[in-house]
Amino acid sequence: MVKEFNSDRTEDIEIELLLEGILKRFGYDFREYNRAHVKRRLLHRVASLHLSSISQLQHKILHEDLFFQVILQDLSINVTEMFRDPTFYKTLRAEVIPILKTYPYLKIWHAGCSTGEEVYSVAILLLEEGLLERTQIYATDFNPQVIEVAKKGIYPVSRIKEYTYNYQVAGGKHSFSNYYTARYDSVIFDSDLKKNIVFAEHNLVTDHVFAEVNLIICRNVLIYFNKQLQNRVVKLFNESLIKGGYLGLGSKENLMFTDVFDAFEIVDSKEKIYHKKVQ
Amino acid sequence: MLYKAVVIGSSAGGLQAAKTLLKSIKSTFSMPIIIAQHISPHSNNYMAHYLNSISPLEVKEADEKESITPGHVYIAPPNFHLLIEEDYTFSLTVDEKVNYARPSIDVLFETAAYAYKKSLIAIILTGANNDGAEGIKMVKAKGGRTIAQNPETAEVPVMPQSAIDTGCVDQVLDLQGIISFLNQIGSQS
Repeated sequence: MVKEFNSDRTEDIEIELLLEGILKRFGYDFREYNRAHVKRRLLHRVASLHLSSISQLQHKILHEDLFFQVILQDLSINVTEMFRDPTFYKTLRAEVIPILKTYPYLKIWHAGCSTGEEVYSVAILLLEEGLLERTQIYATDFNPQVIEVAKKGIYPVSRIKEYTYNYQVAGGKHSFSNYYTARYDSVIFDSDLKKNIVFAEHNLVTDHVFAEVNLIICRNVLIYFNKQLQNRVVKLFNESLIKGGYLGLGSKENLMFTDVFDAFEIVDSKEKIYHKKVQ
Repeated sequence: MLYKAVVIGSSAGGLQAAKTLLKSIKSTFSMPIIIAQHISPHSNNYMAHYLNSISPLEVKEADEKESITPGHVYIAPPNFHLLIEEDYTFSLTVDEKVNYARPSIDVLFETAAYAYKKSLIAIILTGANNDGAEGIKMVKAKGGRTIAQNPETAEVPVMPQSAIDTGCVDQVLDLQGIISFLNQIGSQS
């Protein structure tokens, strides 16, 4: 990483050109992602391939079809865990589920679901609350590779101890091992859990409203976006929620300073759970 | 002023070192100080609260999109990487751990170097791994000033020694020396 590039300004221009190129060639728009994160990821890829500039990386991306997959993984967020931030799920169970129980039929959108761990967490919670049967879950991500992992519901057994702890702190009612079968170094989650889950590609940056839902969960995705893009995405969420619907964000994300702030009430300020006003 | 910001990376023994440093920093210190301290992902923001109670400067946990203000001290939140944008605001990510750490010192230092270039002071304090060494290289490559705590007097020598071993450290100082240096160049008289 000691290698120094031409000048800092040249490097910034190269990044802008590359992101324009990726949009035109592949349809993925990273221009409004937080630039420090994108720059660091690209420079690390330049260093690991022993290239001398981002322009060289651009050449590789535009001319080698399969190579773009590498960059797509670099720029997507693939870190997640079951019942991540367990107190979020505990609050969801206590504050939101009782209201959701009053609806005859439910739709939930899990936006930016990555490899699916948090989707299965929600499915387990719904099952324990007797709601899974009458719920349709849309689990979406812009990255087709993580969607494939999510569909399988197979995860390394090495994480199970941590997930079991999270499940218990989240207010889990049974033994966590009821929900999966261990085989060698993997566990597979019960196929009943995914009966009502549709996994699909959806890009929050370039795609539009596709359903009207009772609850949207989108955690630790908005932190990767700049203010303008954050604002557009929370508007998309607002349009996708029924009146009285709920929105759950990541622990460092909130609706303050966005255009839709007045359209919501805070259910829990620490867990970042919001309620769309009925008016 | 020659410099616009100070970034500090610390690990094992770091809370004590940060306490000593932030207690003795002058209230007139006029640059932002941004700290990545390795800390349990499950901890709350007690560290920022505690350091705020003993420092003449305002100490707080860094918020997503927050503007970086001179004379303030910012602590990276547990379980997030802290990055600096070119418009001198913070961003956070939940990316993979780097050097087994989140927050990672490398992530903070590298992005601080992109944003502040030669106007940055980067300091590596006590710690038991080599996080921060890559960051120190980037700070140096962008023309910033690099300092490591003297491994002989650091509570745990590994981290400052790893930084020194990159050959990119300008100065090796005891903690008291670091405090004097900062007070000298960063305080409005």
